[in-house]
Amino acid sequence: MENISKEKLVQMLERMWLIRHFEVRVMEVHAAGEFTGAAHPYIGEEAVAVGACAALEDTDYIAGNHRSHGHPLAKGGDVKRAMAELYGRVDGYCKGKGGSMHLADFSIGILGESGIVASSVPVAIGAALAAKIKGEDFVSMVFFGDGASNQGACHESMNLAALWNLPVIFLCENNQFAVTTSYKDSVSVEHISDRASAYNMPGVLVDGQDAVAMYEATREAVNRGRAGEGPTLIEALTYRYEEHSLGLGRVRRGEYRTEEQINEWRERDPIDVLEHTLTTQGILTREECDAISKAKEAEVEEAVEFARNSPYPEPEELFDDMWADPIPAP
Amino acid sequence: MASNTIYVEAINQAIMEEMERDENVFIMGEDIRRSVYGATAGLLNQFGEKRVLDTPLSENGFFGAAIGASLVGMRPIVETLTSFMWVAMDQLVSQAAKMRYMFGGQATLPVVYRATMFYGGGSAAHHSDRSYPMFMNMPGFKILVPATPRDAKGLLKTAIRDDDPCIVFEDGTLGGATGDVEAGEAALVPFGVADIARVGTDVTIVAIAGAVPMALRAAEELEAEGISAEVIDPRTLVPLDKAAILESVAKTGRLVIADPAHKVCSAASEIASIVSQEGFWDLQAPIMKVAAEQVHIPYTPVLERLVYPSSDKIGDAVRATLED
Ligand SMILES: Cc1ncc(C[n+]2csc(CCOP(=O)(O)OP(=O)(O)O)c2C)c(N)n1
Ligand SMILES: [Mg+2]
Repeated sequence: MENISKEKLVQMLERMWLIRHFEVRVMEVHAAGEFTGAAHPYIGEEAVAVGACAALEDTDYIAGNHRSHGHPLAKGGDVKRAMAELYGRVDGYCKGKGGSMHLADFSIGILGESGIVASSVPVAIGAALAAKIKGEDFVSMVFFGDGASNQGACHESMNLAALWNLPVIFLCENNQFAVTTSYKDSVSVEHISDRASAYNMPGVLVDGQDAVAMYEATREAVNRGRAGEGPTLIEALTYRYEEHSLGLGRVRRGEYRTEEQINEWRERDPIDVLEHTLTTQGILTREECDAISKAKEAEVEEAVEFARNSPYPEPEELFDDMWADPIPAP
Repeated sequence: MASNTIYVEAINQAIMEEMERDENVFIMGEDIRRSVYGATAGLLNQFGEKRVLDTPLSENGFFGAAIGASLVGMRPIVETLTSFMWVAMDQLVSQAAKMRYMFGGQATLPVVYRATMFYGGGSAAHHSDRSYPMFMNMPGFKILVPATPRDAKGLLKTAIRDDDPCIVFEDGTLGGATGDVEAGEAALVPFGVADIARVGTDVTIVAIAGAVPMALRAAEELEAEGISAEVIDPRTLVPLDKAAILESVAKTGRLVIADPAHKVCSAASEIASIVSQEGFWDLQAPIMKVAAEQVHIPYTPVLERLVYPSSDKIGDAVRATLED
């Protein structure tokens, strides 16, 4: 705790509330039919991305996965442009061409979220490879799930990153499940972080409900990366409160997890944990915490209004953005 | 201009010149430092370990790493064989091809995949892939099929400078082919400009990659019979110089397409479809496709040679278009 500024701690709480309200509102407007398609709520996991991104600079890179709203917002992404993207509008991050699973903001190092599980992992080590070749000290961090950790792309990338000593942080968000499959039924080791030793890199198991712990673990990994000491695998133990995806109504929670388990995790809600830390340390008062929540709620509401008022793309825009050096359409 | 340069040497020259010109260009692949496939000879000495990377056998991993590096300002070249691209299809399709569009134009991926097609030499089904049609079907790649040392060098140089993902399908059957190549800027070959490899008036033969020399041989034989064949090498399939093909068909009224890839949903099919739609009234005979038979590549030479186009098959197809 000693090395974290008050500003950073407050910003962490702000971003966690921003993500929480964003996701709650997304669930509501999605249910109301304002936009369609899959969207994967990050509620309950906010401390992971927020704590981890707090250890990065704008010049560092992140890449993510289908559970995709928390990562860019944690790195300082624009909530209006994120929301407009979900609404499929021109002011969205990808002008409506990406949607929920493909938020990206290259201007602040967000190399994009991805719908194919684990497909961002090789991309992220490539950004780190560039740092090494150029001799620059930026790092690259990739968010992926417990399910993704079983993909070959993940294992290939870990071997490559360790072999080449790349400044990468492999940030595994172990939210206990891949859709309905418990990681205990899909991972051969007790902890995913145990796999790090197979690749000759440090593996760290972190309480993913504690933003400060996430920040500290990530900062150490970032320092290692910048110092040329190679990659780190961080496993954040966390929990998804909601169902896997909006629009996937068939799965009943009781079929693969108990209400008891959900409630146990809710008792260590990541926002409560950080607010408790901040109030007991005298950094914020209870009222100030509530004010932050209110302010972020209002910001999300503005984003919803912004998204609703943003136009859809014109039909002429269908073929835009295919090429950097354009060629005639066939 | 250097005459009698070998196809693989021409590729090597392109890499050398572009790595010399731009320090953001680097190359990665399997066993490239010792140039097992010939095109990367001398690179390690010239540019050092940082820019000439031998990779583990992890195609999905390093094909993707090339994408990530390209996103942040590098210009990677990846060396591989067509047959190993299957292992990396997720990175190629889900990321390289789609990323720019999906992110609303934010991503720029100046990455080049150099894939050699080793077919026709008893390599059997696992090592004989001519897979460019599959990638033509996926928007997002520029697809180059050089048939001469000049184009192998010139198209690769252009690809390295291009800001989009490019796949160069280098034809292993032409690896030892020789020809004239230029140096430096003069060597650049633009995308989307077909080469009229031979001028003729009676029939147009559009030939792709290794089928180009076959078509030229067929054209020579046909000349003895008084048939004048024009041979067009598109050189790039995406973008495709359809104007050159349509103009030629407008002149000749007949079209034969020679393509070493499997014939179903192929480059040949696409060209036939374009001409039947946009050049229909110029046609005086049905379009003929001479492409690989729709079977896997058998190992034994007596069967393998039945699969691909040949100058004889091309000649027969031309004669068929001239029958009344
Ligand atoms: C390659 C691939 N296989 C399957 C899917 C379908 N799918 C989407 S998310 C998901 C579960 C991913 O679990 P995990 O990596 O733990 O992430 P989480 O959803 O728990 O955040 C699956 C199976 C996919 N998108 N991509
Ligand atoms: Mg999971």
